[in-house]
Amino acid sequence: MSSLTRDKETEPVIWHPVEEEGHGHGGGATLIGFWIYLMSDALIFAALFATFGVLSTNYAGGPQPKEIFDLPLVALNTGLLLISSITFGFAMLEMQANRIGGTRLWLIITALFGVGFIGIELYEFSHLIAEGAGPQRSAFLSAFFTLVGTHGLHVTFGLIWIVVLLVQIAQRGLIVENQRRLICLSMFWHFLDIIWIGVFTFVYLLGVLR
Amino acid sequence: MSAQAKDEHIDHGPGDGYSHGTHRSYLTGFGLAVVLTAIPFWLVMSGVLNTQTTILIVFACAFVQIIVHAIYFLHLDTRSESGWTLMAFVFTVVIVGITIIGSIWIMYHLDVNMMPMGPGKLPGAS
Repeated sequence: MSSLTRDKETEPVIWHPVEEEGHGHGGGATLIGFWIYLMSDALIFAALFATFGVLSTNYAGGPQPKEIFDLPLVALNTGLLLISSITFGFAMLEMQANRIGGTRLWLIITALFGVGFIGIELYEFSHLIAEGAGPQRSAFLSAFFTLVGTHGLHVTFGLIWIVVLLVQIAQRGLIVENQRRLICLSMFWHFLDIIWIGVFTFVYLLGVLR
Repeated sequence: MSAQAKDEHIDHGPGDGYSHGTHRSYLTGFGLAVVLTAIPFWLVMSGVLNTQTTILIVFACAFVQIIVHAIYFLHLDTRSESGWTLMAFVFTVVIVGITIIGSIWIMYHLDVNMMPMGPGKLPGAS
């Protein structure tokens, strides 16, 4: 009789950890943790946006936004990044359907659009520097290169991450760990697209209007 | 009552910490984003409206587009992680707003109050 009550007492102790493992996607606290990281990354960009906002009219007699910004090129870049966002969405849908081929295909397409974005940005930067509008020319240009460059660097690391995940998916398939990594990367990629909305509005469009 | 709330909490718990999109929700978000990107670019490049109105519309479009991306691409809702992602997002938006608007506001007034004369017009400068 006494052993029976002891069993009942110990039962919840055994049962409890089993429930704990029931955290979906094998992610546990990873997804909310990665979300907090993205929010802290947003604060870095907030500081850079604030710096740019304060310095955006300090031309030091140098070139003004109206003279150096090429809006059709910026529109093309915006389009590339926006399309890469939805192609990543399609990769996530393929992942949910457990189709490795589709996931890899959409990831590769996303990466190509990302490479296009970075390529155009590098072209724009080299063009500006060749024109004498480099980061050392004025406070406005220093702030511009820091803000847009930091975003570009983030996209570059996103591209490296895509390549790494393509290799991991090829080696191990869509295991729970890879699914968790893909979800984190998709959040990172969509987050960068949100930052870009701020960049093309605040830096390019407002700069040309000023 | 509280027991019922607890049950609900468990139901929507960690299991659906990440809400998935569908083909349709991604395409809806993409369509809205394209429109909200095209409007400001077209307004600025064609210059059909005066500068003041254009700036207002451009900022309004950016604001709405950020919300569209957060909902349709980042799947931000009140349920994921029992609402903690939304809480963190709202907190971040507040801090980002204070940082950017506050900095520009303070530095603009410093400029206005400290440098009444433009560069090159310093007293005594020939």
